[in-house]
Amino acid sequence: MSNSYKDVMNRKSSIMKEALGLDYDQFEVDGVGFNYEKMMKESGYTLSDVRKIQIDQNVGQTPLIELKRLSAYARKFAPEGFGARIFLKDEASNISGSFKARRAAMSIHQAKKLGYKGVVAATSGNYGAAVAALAAKAGLKCIIVQECYDSDGIGQPEIIEKARACEAYGAEVIQLSVGPELFYEFLMILEETKYFNASLYSPYGIMGIETLGYEVATEINKREGQFPDMVICTNAGGGNLTGTARGLMKAKAFETKVIAASVDLSGLHMASDNHFNQKSFTTGHTGFGIPFSTYPDRSDVPRSAARPLRYMDQYVLVNQGSVFFITEALALLEGFERGPAGNISLAAAFSLAQTMRSNQIIVVQESEYTGAGKHMKAQVSFASDRGVKISLGNPLLEKPGKNIIFPSSGALLKHKELPLNQLRTSYLKHFSNRELSKQDMSYLASELKTTTEHISILLEEINESQK
Amino acid sequence: MCYLFFYEKGVDSMIKKDKIVQIYKIILQSNERAENLPNDTKEVPFEMRVKGKLLKAANLGDRVEILTSSKRKETGILIAEKPFYSHSFGHYIDALEEIKDVILNETEELEI
Repeated sequence: MSNSYKDVMNRKSSIMKEALGLDYDQFEVDGVGFNYEKMMKESGYTLSDVRKIQIDQNVGQTPLIELKRLSAYARKFAPEGFGARIFLKDEASNISGSFKARRAAMSIHQAKKLGYKGVVAATSGNYGAAVAALAAKAGLKCIIVQECYDSDGIGQPEIIEKARACEAYGAEVIQLSVGPELFYEFLMILEETKYFNASLYSPYGIMGIETLGYEVATEINKREGQFPDMVICTNAGGGNLTGTARGLMKAKAFETKVIAASVDLSGLHMASDNHFNQKSFTTGHTGFGIPFSTYPDRSDVPRSAARPLRYMDQYVLVNQGSVFFITEALALLEGFERGPAGNISLAAAFSLAQTMRSNQIIVVQESEYTGAGKHMKAQVSFASDRGVKISLGNPLLEKPGKNIIFPSSGALLKHKELPLNQLRTSYLKHFSNRELSKQDMSYLASELKTTTEHISILLEEINESQK
Repeated sequence: MCYLFFYEKGVDSMIKKDKIVQIYKIILQSNERAENLPNDTKEVPFEMRVKGKLLKAANLGDRVEILTSSKRKETGILIAEKPFYSHSFGHYIDALEEIKDVILNETEELEI
């Protein structure tokens, strides 16, 4: 059996089938789509099962805190009567320090139930530490495959820290250089070990986050007598937003707006060796957020359960300098020292709050742990060492990879809109050359949270522009 | 005599079996890599680093076999003995002190 790149990639579907214990073929239908709800339902867990599985692993039930001083700071720059109340779900208090423990709890439970001896996860982020921690607790072997170094052997400090955390929990960490071939190595490890693929994108991984949306909705409702007006989710692979939105709906918070927020890294190529260490955020950025929203099935499972455009009401971008600024403000005004990558949605909330009435409620649904490497100071000084200019000014003028601009006043911390129709068009381009049946059109309408009429208009626009 | 002296010195400086080390391996040469990569990435090999216990005494730079913490055997070039973490909180940056002042000054008399 050859292990050439091409041959291993050709064995992808058989390796996956064995490593997930789930036959995705049963969810396929004629045409471009598949039965998403069937996939989510037939994976066999209800929301209360998930809650129980997580509580058994010390996961979830995190504090929800009103950030009164930070909200007042935002209100200072809002018109009279505006400046919503901002609440934070302190997910950093989960085992392993992030909301990713919710996803890992489900993957580990499933792996154990199906009798696998170990788990493998392809992740450079907090998910690695979460899987490693819960694998340790469950007595399973764990291998984390991460993209870590550039070709000069320089490691991104945040990813080195994740490796340290994984190793602290006894996991093996395979550290790779830049490139999408991480998936090739991941497949070979799955094939060699016969371990479970603890994918972020399996139905289990997404169900794990439904409890987060559910907790947010029910806790706010209990305390304030209403559901949140808005929940902001940092968006990368799309699972955080998808699971949260599904959880909100399960709590019947149908009117709550679900907002995606990413760090704007436009201009940096995610597969570029040179650009790898020019960015100060290794996740939660547009380099993942846009491609995974507009083509969810690019992930490490045949059909991704993370499908953010099904649930998203608005997509906003913030720059790196603004997220660092809000990270500092969270520590100085609220006494929470947290990791910058977990504060992307908080930066967006600071700006969005100013567009909402002062009695309205925004929930920022995550935070993450901080420490060496995974800290604003580590990232800013690493960037500065690589020639990125650091200054104060108007953050909207920041050019990723060239400079980091902190707002010179809270008044300048503003989000940018990423129009949803732009994302829908990118999504539909994958299907624009195909004959689409009525069933296909209705699948695409649910995928993009719109009507079949709107899909027809967008497809016509694509065809016009391609002429 | 001289030969023996160097040989013995070589043995002494060898990293002993069962010591924790880090190895390096080229997984794909640049011409074996995926299509559609940016040029800068296409020009360099796809590399791996992993840690584990050395299965036989060896010197830095030798091709060795290790046992990883998930009890997998992996081969590669021995690049580090006693690997450690050196990531930190970085060095002093003026701008970070300046934003601290901005935030504290702008929130001095906040009305909650």
